[in-house]
Amino acid sequence: MGDLEAFRAETRAWLERSCPAPLLGRTATAIDGVWGGRKWVPEIPEQKLWLERAAERGYTAPTWPSAYGGGGLSAAEAKILQQEMKALRVPAPLIGFGLTMIGPTLLQFGSEEQKREHLPRICRGEIRWCQGYSEPGAGSDLAGLQTRAEVDGDHFIVNGTKVWTSYADLADWIFALVRTDPGARKQEGITFLLIDMETPGISVSPIRLISGSSPFCETHFENVRVPRRNVVHKENAGWTVAKALLGHERTMIADAFGASSAAPGPRRSLAQRAHQYLGAGPGGRVADAVLRDRIARIEMDTRAFSLTMQRSRDAARAGQQPGPESSIFKVYGTELNQRRYELLVDIAGPQALGWEGEGFDDEELALTRDWLRSRGNSIEGGTSEIQRNVIAKRVLGLPD
Amino acid sequence: MQLVLSEDQELIAKTAADFVKEKSPVARLRELRDRRDPDGFSRTLWKEMAELGWVGIPFPESAGGAGLGLAELCVVMEALGRGLAPEPFLSTVLVGGGLLTLAGDESACDRWLPGVVAGETILALASQERDSRFDLCRVSTRAEVVDGGFALTGEKTQVLDGHVADALVVVARLAGEVRDRDGLGLFLVPRDAPGLEVVRQHRLDDRNAALVRLQGVRVPAEAALGTPGRGLELLEPAVDRATVGLCAEMLGGMQEAFDLTLAHLKSRRQFGVPIGSFQALKHRAADLFIEIELSKSVVMAAARAADAGDPELPRLVSLAKARYTDAYLHVANEAVQMFGGVGMTDEYDIGFYLKRARACQMTFGDAACHRDRWARLSGY
Repeated sequence: MGDLEAFRAETRAWLERSCPAPLLGRTATAIDGVWGGRKWVPEIPEQKLWLERAAERGYTAPTWPSAYGGGGLSAAEAKILQQEMKALRVPAPLIGFGLTMIGPTLLQFGSEEQKREHLPRICRGEIRWCQGYSEPGAGSDLAGLQTRAEVDGDHFIVNGTKVWTSYADLADWIFALVRTDPGARKQEGITFLLIDMETPGISVSPIRLISGSSPFCETHFENVRVPRRNVVHKENAGWTVAKALLGHERTMIADAFGASSAAPGPRRSLAQRAHQYLGAGPGGRVADAVLRDRIARIEMDTRAFSLTMQRSRDAARAGQQPGPESSIFKVYGTELNQRRYELLVDIAGPQALGWEGEGFDDEELALTRDWLRSRGNSIEGGTSEIQRNVIAKRVLGLPD
Repeated sequence: MQLVLSEDQELIAKTAADFVKEKSPVARLRELRDRRDPDGFSRTLWKEMAELGWVGIPFPESAGGAGLGLAELCVVMEALGRGLAPEPFLSTVLVGGGLLTLAGDESACDRWLPGVVAGETILALASQERDSRFDLCRVSTRAEVVDGGFALTGEKTQVLDGHVADALVVVARLAGEVRDRDGLGLFLVPRDAPGLEVVRQHRLDDRNAALVRLQGVRVPAEAALGTPGRGLELLEPAVDRATVGLCAEMLGGMQEAFDLTLAHLKSRRQFGVPIGSFQALKHRAADLFIEIELSKSVVMAAARAADAGDPELPRLVSLAKARYTDAYLHVANEAVQMFGGVGMTDEYDIGFYLKRARACQMTFGDAACHRDRWARLSGY
């Protein structure tokens, strides 16, 4: 038995021993996954137990160095862990921006002191992070941000407003882009700063979306004092860090959409939904040929997309530089998700119009809101138009 | 399954790309067309491709082949697709040779494959009829049992490379109605069989095809490939494998058409700037790039599934052919539009790709028919 096979057997045994029974089969999504943090209240006590056991072994962040609370696994071992978790239907013990965005960024750019302070607390799920990038006047033109940080001894005084800060009302810390040199060219006067949300002067107001939920907030900073040692990388070099983090963010978004299509669980297929609303045709076929074609298009494009993500991973494992294919993941994954929701609504017909109350089942009520929420997929994390600009310029070399 | 080229495959790709650049740019197809070449392809280059080992890639070593897989053949087909090379890979290697190998008919393999691998023998599949559209079973050509052999009568159209084929695999009906899945036979018919008439056809893409008329063509019992009456069991998998190869060719074609278009966007100036600086064109170019990148992964997966004997192959073939059909046409239509007026001229090469995209669409099933097949194979 090779080392990896021994690792697989050991991992499986540990998972079977450690994941509490009530959690088996529960896939972690943005809605019901464990985000951790000081304000977190577990839905069931086993979630906390599972988080503690996983964190103790470093498996909330399997590939991070064990010195910072990670599992120290190789890519091959991490893949095995993921496969075994999927096979046993074990949910991720912890999700969130600490693991997917600020953690990888600190590993790349953080000081030793910052890594030791923040990474173990992320791994243990003690601190929940949010992202302070966009502003009311700086959306697609992110580098136009105006939140000011002025030096006052060994502190900055921060003033301004961040918008679309996901779950800022539930977060403990924020990583933010602030302007530290108003005289410099716009990308060059920006600093990447870590801010404790409990600092006096910070206030948060949730934004209600067209879907009725409020996952995003406006976050206001009024004379907020932040230690200068909380600068990641160097002062006025925050744009470099920001771009690297955006890369992590887009990978995370693409992964989320890639994974959602393949996720196990109770989700019914498009064809099953078509049967529910239109009745099955002879031989279990979707009776309406036009609808059948639309379902096939979505399913086939989904498969092509996941094969392309696999091709990218396989190339990376074979030691090749990331190819141009990775630049398409964000734009294609999100637009595909939107097309899927459009089709789901079309299949459900008038039953997709429910908002709350009677006459609609839970799945229908969720669909209404999920469809509305999906319209934001091509806006957040860099709009589809910005992504196409990036592809045209950086990959295809088309002139400005 | 790894969706990445091995070192050996990289090497084949490099050799093939150099070959196409040096000896088989699209200008060669134009020249064959303009001088109305009687063969419509180059026997010399075909022989060279055989000597490079490409023609023998999928055949067993016992027949002089390389015993490699569809994954390797696809690497070659992709490179040749960039130059729209008209040599008979589809007809002779994939369908013709593929059927002989799949049938496991030793005497037929011994007789024909060494010549195929040497680049001397051309094979063709006579399946399509005027009203077959994309249905392999829609066959009215009849096979009657006569004197312990068969007599074939009917008409086949757009038989790829039929005008130069040394032998044809003819699909004919032994029993049943025109659309029945049962009752088909495959018969190997040498070019000189009495009653066989082959007339060259001309299509928009300048690739070679023929109308084949069979008037009571007599073949012995041994001419039947596989079990007579169950021809579809061989024909479907052979066509599936050939479709993967065709998709690889299409990938080369759409990439070349896209590269030509990008070069044009960077060099053509209007309003004092390169037209590629206009966002309306940039975003469309980005969309074409996305379609091509997704296409690459799909054909790699299908070829590897074929080589691994993965039972999901038919689904992946339909995934590939539906996607490639739409993507190639999309790329070629957009290319002509972005070239503008000159894209409509015969002088520019881009039109060749548009024409080839149409011909590829109609070969082995269009996008809608493959989406329907995917749905059927997926249980809906």
